Amino acid sequence: MEKLLEEFSLGLFVWQSLAFVILLFLLKKYAWKPILDAVNEREQGIRSALESAEKAKRDLENLQSDNEKLLKEAHIERDAMLKEARDMKNKMIEEAKEEARTEASKLMQQAQQAIITEKQTAIADLKSQVALLSIDIAQKVLQAELSNDNKQELYVESLLKDAKIN
Amino acid sequence: MYRVNKYSVLLALFLGFTSSLSASTDAPQGDKKAEIKAYIAHHLLDSYDFSLTSYTDDQGQHHYIGFPLPVILWDDGLKIFSSSKFHHGESVAEVGGNYYAIDHNKIYKTDAEGTIKYDDQNHATNIKPLDFSLTKSVFMILVTCTLMFFLFRGLARSYGSNKGIAQGAGRFFEPIVLYIRDEIAIPNIGEKHYRRYMSYLLTIFFFIWFLNIFGLTPFGVNVTGNIAITFSLALLTFLITNFTGNKNYWKHIFWMPGVPVPMKIILAPIELLGVFIKPFSLLIRLYANMQAGHIVLMSLIGLMFIFKSWLGSTLSFGLAFAISLIEVLVALLQAYIFTMLSALYFGFAVEEHHDEAH
Repeated sequence: MEKLLEEFSLGLFVWQSLAFVILLFLLKKYAWKPILDAVNEREQGIRSALESAEKAKRDLENLQSDNEKLLKEAHIERDAMLKEARDMKNKMIEEAKEEARTEASKLMQQAQQAIITEKQTAIADLKSQVALLSIDIAQKVLQAELSNDNKQELYVESLLKDAKIN
Repeated sequence: MYRVNKYSVLLALFLGFTSSLSASTDAPQGDKKAEIKAYIAHHLLDSYDFSLTSYTDDQGQHHYIGFPLPVILWDDGLKIFSSSKFHHGESVAEVGGNYYAIDHNKIYKTDAEGTIKYDDQNHATNIKPLDFSLTKSVFMILVTCTLMFFLFRGLARSYGSNKGIAQGAGRFFEPIVLYIRDEIAIPNIGEKHYRRYMSYLLTIFFFIWFLNIFGLTPFGVNVTGNIAITFSLALLTFLITNFTGNKNYWKHIFWMPGVPVPMKIILAPIELLGVFIKPFSLLIRLYANMQAGHIVLMSLIGLMFIFKSWLGSTLSFGLAFAISLIEVLVALLQAYIFTMLSALYFGFAVEEHHDEAH
């Protein structure tokens, strides 16, 4: 202990304390503060960069899932549209067929009607023609039959005979 | 590359020590032991000039290689003169009518012949002027301060010029700065208060580390193995701890919570003593470690010259080499321990109150 005290140099102590305190303040101002600030800033930068990268990744994932959803929806919609179109086509064909069928039957009916009418007209015509012809023939027969007076009287007689007064 | 550099530094260290020890290889064996002992003792002390090596020429004349440093005394006015006036303690310096001589590495006021009177305990009784000389240690401190200032200002500037990424030597020091922040300051002091102490912790760590490393160079400046230096450093830790201590800290010293009243009374003086013992242990630990390291290393190197046989010298060389490797580690370790314990004490000083009993 005595040796230590003897070794102790006041001058050295004063110089050391002075130099160290000055160094401390100089370094604090010109070195440690800027260094620690820069390091902190850099660490903050790295942290925020990592965070934004993470966020970008998440966004991208969201976007991808959105895309997938959209694609799926589009698929469903397309399928629906295709189905609808197919249905419509079938329906149209069906309808057309139906219409054609009814039209045809209607035409048939009309034709039958027309045929019947024509037939009746033809029959009526034929009847009148036959009547006229019969009358003509009868006239001619009568003319020939009744060309002399004898025959006329005979005929009138026969008629009168038939025509009994009731 | 780095490894090679490290070894070449170590090699230079040995060459430096050995060259300064080989001053007079033809002296008798007994003298040699005494000489080595004196050399080690001398090396451990501060000195008024910066000597790199010395040798004895053919005429038995001692020559020193190095440069003198200014001596600053307060003795009825400021006296500043070059330490070359002492001729390495061999002559009396005359300044403005006063005479000064060096005895056991201290400057005393003497008469023209340089007589130094001793009391019965072999202590010099001459007047000791107030000595503020720029000694070898002060010189090394100033060199270290300058080096640190430019080194770390350079690192700070490189952030600005390189978009927040360190350049050059800063790339080596930046992880250490971050280590001190993340592994020493934050765990010991806490996230909330550590910023206030960062400057001190960083400065003290690099200051001790650099001076320890300089102590291993052939210049052999044993700065951190000097009690005045470690006292100054420990005093700063002590002052900062107690001036930044909060209510909780003082309460733990004088009125320990969570123990019965008689215990509180017994604990108070013990805790109060602890306030002084903590920095005192810092002071002694650093001093003793560096001092012991230098003594061991230099003794082993000295052995090479005592053995003077290829076997003994080779063995002591190997041993000295191993020890100096350990010393490189110790240099770092002591700086770490000093910083770590300072941070721990600061942590006690600013610890927030918590309800869990101790």
